Amino acid sequence: MGGSFDWGVIWTFRAALVDGMLTSLKLFAISLAGGIALGTLLAMARLASWKVLAVPAAAFVNLIRAIPFIMAIFWFYFLTPMIVNKLTGHQGEAVGPFASAVVAFIMVESAYYSEIVRAGIQSIPRGQPWAAYALGMNYWQSMGHVVLPQAFRNMLPVMLTQAVILFQDTSLVYVVGLKDFLGAASKGGQISGRIVELYLFVAVVFFLVCFLASWGVKRLNARLAVAR
Amino acid sequence: MDWKVFLEQAPSGGMTYLGWLMSGLFWTLSVSACAWVIASVVGCVVGVARTTPVGWARALGTAYVELFRNIPLLVQMFLWYFVMPEVLPKAWGDWLKQDLPNVLTLPFAAQFSLFEFSAAVLCLGLYTASRVAEQVRSGIQSLPRGQTGAGLALGLTLPQVYRHVTLPMAFRIIIPPMTSEFLTIFKNSSTALTIGVLELTAQSRQISEYTFKTFTAFSAATLLYIAITLTVTFLMRALERRTAVPGYIAQGSGH
Repeated sequence: MGGSFDWGVIWTFRAALVDGMLTSLKLFAISLAGGIALGTLLAMARLASWKVLAVPAAAFVNLIRAIPFIMAIFWFYFLTPMIVNKLTGHQGEAVGPFASAVVAFIMVESAYYSEIVRAGIQSIPRGQPWAAYALGMNYWQSMGHVVLPQAFRNMLPVMLTQAVILFQDTSLVYVVGLKDFLGAASKGGQISGRIVELYLFVAVVFFLVCFLASWGVKRLNARLAVAR
Repeated sequence: MDWKVFLEQAPSGGMTYLGWLMSGLFWTLSVSACAWVIASVVGCVVGVARTTPVGWARALGTAYVELFRNIPLLVQMFLWYFVMPEVLPKAWGDWLKQDLPNVLTLPFAAQFSLFEFSAAVLCLGLYTASRVAEQVRSGIQSLPRGQTGAGLALGLTLPQVYRHVTLPMAFRIIIPPMTSEFLTIFKNSSTALTIGVLELTAQSRQISEYTFKTFTAFSAATLLYIAITLTVTFLMRALERRTAVPGYIAQGSGH
């Protein structure tokens, strides 16, 4: 069917596509920040000597990692409004689709990030927190000033690689009908019947962004390796 | 939780909701297994290509990995299913959409055709191949360089070195990461629901929509996913112990 492409359709739907990309980026940024924050807490809980913290944290992480991302999205998409309504006594739609999607993504990403942070914390010699305690620091001070800063530096390349994967995974919100970048292209395709051009455009944009980002991570990795 | 809902008659397929769930599990496993065949064959070829001294083979291998790794799986799914039939010559596209579905009727109350199934398998297989290729490459590169050199010095050709020296060692070393790649394909197979393949996740959602027993339906699917993950992990540990390379740290420790 060569020659019958109509790339003008991308220009026609430029506003919707930009909107979709902004939604994708917003979802990406919030889940990245939330995932790393919650993931760090989960990793600390897993490594705690207190079983009441360690066991549930490990169970949560292993459970999320055992099921498909889409299954987890469905779970939190279903649970979030229910739990919020129960807690606030509110009836009807208290939490919008975007907020539910954000919760789902933060939960799933926190499970993946907690494994990265755990490995990062475990890469720090035991003597370091001991030295911090000996200097009179408490648990939070030793974590915040001694262990985590070094751990984050060690795991930066892995965390950035996971961020590229997360950016790709944001396209999965398509399954709950949220209009992200892919969703916008899909919608435009339905209206215009030009699904081929729009999907190819989405693929090219994702490829360029992720390829350049991965290349940047690789370069950063090489520089860090020299510095060490 | 109301597990009895699974014994109720489902509105289609002439089976109970438990039947729907089992049909979903069957298709999840079928898609994963077929895709795994593609992923391991293509992945090994690409992975080996990236370690050869042949420049163009290395470049092609790298291009393959970069291309498939940097486009989201879901977008690739749409490219195979929606875009491919349109960009192929018209006769081929028509064959895919109209004739392929009639080649055979899928078993187990499938509600989708061979076209959806093939697109999902091809997509997952070729995507995962790029990840398998990286495991194969790092497995080969983890071997001491002297092994290839010794093989060549003994008069083996390069293909013979791969066949008798490098690959037998590399395959034994990469069993643990390959297990996790298989589990990844198994979980990623849920992406096929976006093109209409009613696998486990899709069936659990369908059951929840018909019965309003969302919690029960999702829990059942989740438990099945966990059960399969545990089974695969357990079987692969046994394989790992049997194939461990003597003298390596991982030997016998069950990793």
